[in-house]
Amino acid sequence: MIGLQHYLTLSAMLFVLSIAGIVINRRNLILLLMCIELMLLSVNFNFIAFSRHLGDDTGQVFVFFILTVAAAEAAIGLAILVVLFRNRRSINVQELNTMKG
Amino acid sequence: MFQAILFYMFAAVLVGAALGVVFSRNPVHAVMFLVLAFFQSACLWLMAEAEFLAIVLVLVYVGAVMVLFLFVVMMLDIKVEEVQRGLTRYAPLAIAVALLMTFELIQLIWMRNQGEGSATGFAPYPEGYSNTESLGSVLYTEHVYAFEIAAVVLLLAIVAAITLTMRKRPGLKVQNIAKQVAVRAKDRIRVVKMDAEKKQ
Repeated sequence: MIGLQHYLTLSAMLFVLSIAGIVINRRNLILLLMCIELMLLSVNFNFIAFSRHLGDDTGQVFVFFILTVAAAEAAIGLAILVVLFRNRRSINVQELNTMKG
Repeated sequence: MFQAILFYMFAAVLVGAALGVVFSRNPVHAVMFLVLAFFQSACLWLMAEAEFLAIVLVLVYVGAVMVLFLFVVMMLDIKVEEVQRGLTRYAPLAIAVALLMTFELIQLIWMRNQGEGSATGFAPYPEGYSNTESLGSVLYTEHVYAFEIAAVVLLLAIVAAITLTMRKRPGLKVQNIAKQVAVRAKDRIRVVKMDAEKKQ
């Protein structure tokens, strides 16, 4: 029977995979954004699994809000990316060292 | 049993698509893999009887956000060979840490019912239950304040994205409508009083 544990396991695998993706792809800013989207997806998996497990719809309302905020984040992130590319002609993360951080 | 087979199939494709997102050379392929991952998650959410969110995921994420991603990826023309050097020296370490973390998390998740052997499924919803209806009844009563804030966040995203990407190009000939409307006849022509010319 497919239950809470199966969904949590799947979500853990997705989350770890997207963290690995952020560490591995240190060149391309778009890939980093996509990995963050994957991470949010795995968080949503957790919320839905627990909402079903506990029989409480509030978890699904949370997923709704996470989707909203993630859409806003993607829109603003991509806008920043476009401006960055227009100014620097590159979206390589390692070349973004103007601020010497 | 059939449900379990479906779950494992969708989960396998989902993990495969996530691997594709992380390891693909071409950003366009990565976006396509991400679309596949979202579709698989929508199917899995449908199986967990969260129908409304599954449909929202497909409509909003695949329909809007991923199209935006694809649009930006194609607009920016990133050189593929430049990205190909991308797999850094951190890769082996990252993969090792990821495997370790997955192993530990799975251990933790399954620790609870090691004795019983198998996990129990979700409790089925009662007859005539509507996921959308119950979500809506919670969303518009208990969480209506958060709902309004979500609307403001979306408005903020619109304003921020437009102001970030709008630019004035130098040397572009445009009409200034306000100036055109505000002009008066006396600014343009000057009536000069003078004596009549004498006949030659």
